Amino acid sequence: MSTVTSLKVLSEREDRYVEGHRLCAGCAEPIIARQILMATEKPVVVSNATGCFEVSSSIYPFTSWNVPWIHSAFENAAATISGVEAAYLSLKRQGKITEDIRFITFGGDGATYDIGFQAISGAIERGHRFMYVCLNNEAYMNTGIQRSGATSRGAQTTTCPAGTCIPGKREFPKDLTKIIIAHDLPYAAQASPHNYKDMIEKSAKGFEANGPAFLNVISPCPRGWRHDSAKTIEIAKLAVETCVWPLYEFERGEWRLTGESLRIAEGSRQKLPVSDWLKSQGRFGHLTKEKWKFVADEIQANVDSKWQELLRLCKH
Amino acid sequence: MEKVAMNGDQVIALAWKQIDPDVVAAYPITPQTIIVEAFSEYVADGLVNTEYVCAESEHSAMSMCIGASASGARTATATASAGLAFMWEMLYIASGMRLPIVMAVANRALSGPINIHCDHSDAMGARDSGWIQIFGENVQEAYDNSIMAFRIAEHMDLRLPTMTCLDGFIVTHSLERFEPLPDEVVKKFVGPFKYKRSLLDVKNPTTFGPFDWTDFYFEHKYQQVDAMRHVIPVMEQVQDDFAKVSGRRYNIIEPYRLDDADYAVVAMGSTAGTLKDIVDELRAEGKKVGSIKLRLFRPFPAQELAKILQGLKGVAILDRAVSIGASGPLFPEVRSALYDAKDRPKLKNYIYGLGGRDIKPEELKHVYKQLIYNEGELVNFLGVRA
Repeated sequence: MSTVTSLKVLSEREDRYVEGHRLCAGCAEPIIARQILMATEKPVVVSNATGCFEVSSSIYPFTSWNVPWIHSAFENAAATISGVEAAYLSLKRQGKITEDIRFITFGGDGATYDIGFQAISGAIERGHRFMYVCLNNEAYMNTGIQRSGATSRGAQTTTCPAGTCIPGKREFPKDLTKIIIAHDLPYAAQASPHNYKDMIEKSAKGFEANGPAFLNVISPCPRGWRHDSAKTIEIAKLAVETCVWPLYEFERGEWRLTGESLRIAEGSRQKLPVSDWLKSQGRFGHLTKEKWKFVADEIQANVDSKWQELLRLCKH
Repeated sequence: MEKVAMNGDQVIALAWKQIDPDVVAAYPITPQTIIVEAFSEYVADGLVNTEYVCAESEHSAMSMCIGASASGARTATATASAGLAFMWEMLYIASGMRLPIVMAVANRALSGPINIHCDHSDAMGARDSGWIQIFGENVQEAYDNSIMAFRIAEHMDLRLPTMTCLDGFIVTHSLERFEPLPDEVVKKFVGPFKYKRSLLDVKNPTTFGPFDWTDFYFEHKYQQVDAMRHVIPVMEQVQDDFAKVSGRRYNIIEPYRLDDADYAVVAMGSTAGTLKDIVDELRAEGKKVGSIKLRLFRPFPAQELAKILQGLKGVAILDRAVSIGASGPLFPEVRSALYDAKDRPKLKNYIYGLGGRDIKPEELKHVYKQLIYNEGELVNFLGVRA
């Protein structure tokens, strides 16, 4: 796998997603997408759910896409790519296409955890050969930072504001990666853009999984998370170091920790307190109040219990 | 060819088998189910090259059709009722992306209350979606429309998705003798699939489905409007070509015994067939009546219809759907078409058969009687217990 992530090799690959897009300064999404698209040399076809990433990359008559790309709606990117892959199989069988193409879908957490979940589940069950990448910024950022099924407990959004009675979102996020793994698909993983090597290696495995693959990538959003746009990568790293967002993969039935998460499990790296994560972002700012300290404690307890469960699954 | 007995759903599956689309993505719903079941048997026996995808919902079925069609694949699907309603968002996207998807719609009432039987509420709900809408009367027409639809949708001047409607149960589940065409005739008639751009052309990457601001959306919508203006001549040409290979002549509007008629009734779907029998009976009694079968609803052939209807004394428009709070959906379109006509007939609207309620010969005779004696309201309901 080392050649896959050699910076020299990567720097020589063509850019598949290029300048001119209108994403915010400090947005993690273009960083993630560019790196993932470098993980294969095979031609790729991309489908995209409605969201920040879609709307910012394809404002007619401009496009940031140097590869074939399709957007049709919000909740159906996995279904759209299913149809593309079906066409590919049919035309290839008939000898009308000769290239060996890889298929990839990008969707935000709203498109993935919430409105598009059915389409993803259906596409995985049917066994289409594609990799679904969730650009997880933990809320509906494109419409102005509303709560999603991926939003953290205690985070404030524009539909779960921190009020005097309710301290932001009341529920813990859905553990979507595990729900996807329950489909018993060939490959699934969690990744973070701060560890490009880990993310690209996982992407390469996903592209070659010979069946459905799923990559859930934490994607800091300076606007929605209320952090300095220069701190995006630092904050993504903090998510991993606090075990809020463990790096792991599920490959043909085997669970495996990777990157910093593996080192934390092995004891060669310190597991940081969740309070470091909470104080790095304005969306959790209200949790420093004495009144809401119990929420921060509950988040820490939840992270710990999920981490213990993951250690058990990964046989540590 | 020799006539065989099949139902309306089976003949659509047969037409697809003969056409051999590259992709079929569909979800089962009564009364469309037999189409996808019968077609899956052709797939299971290796009789087609089609990649057949069993979707997990109609929304995904249409989304897959969009992905497949954008990928340069000839694509077909079928649905009904709630399934079409669930596709609604994607119908507009399919037409907005100018993808020539062909879809059979087994017309069925919309919930609630839930009901599985025939009316046209489903298709009427999709009338503004930018799809060509063709209505068939019987099993033969369901088959013939399914073949012609590919030629119409895929015509390079149009590139518009096309739905062929057939009455749920009345046509979908009725066994009728019909005449199929030989496989090679169908294949030659439909021809190979052509496209301008394909998503799978990795050497010439194309961005499909970009975002339009206020500076382009209106123009792109207008292009759809403009393409729709070319449908009628294309459909007439396809019907002419079809007559040559099949001996069966179709028109977008089909008048029956109208030449010297004073009164006529307009209908879409299977009721247009029943009307012909009623006309024959009333003609035998010396009444100067005729009927009109409307095969094309979108685009609406307003001028063509006005030419046929002007000069009549009275015309009743049968609607197997209702726009609650207004009238039947077909009625105002016909009325509007006649506004500038020289010699306008009196017009009445009859809403009938909702949720599969049988339309009886006596009820249709009653409509003619009311036309002749100028009775009834502007909007009337046939066979409903008030």
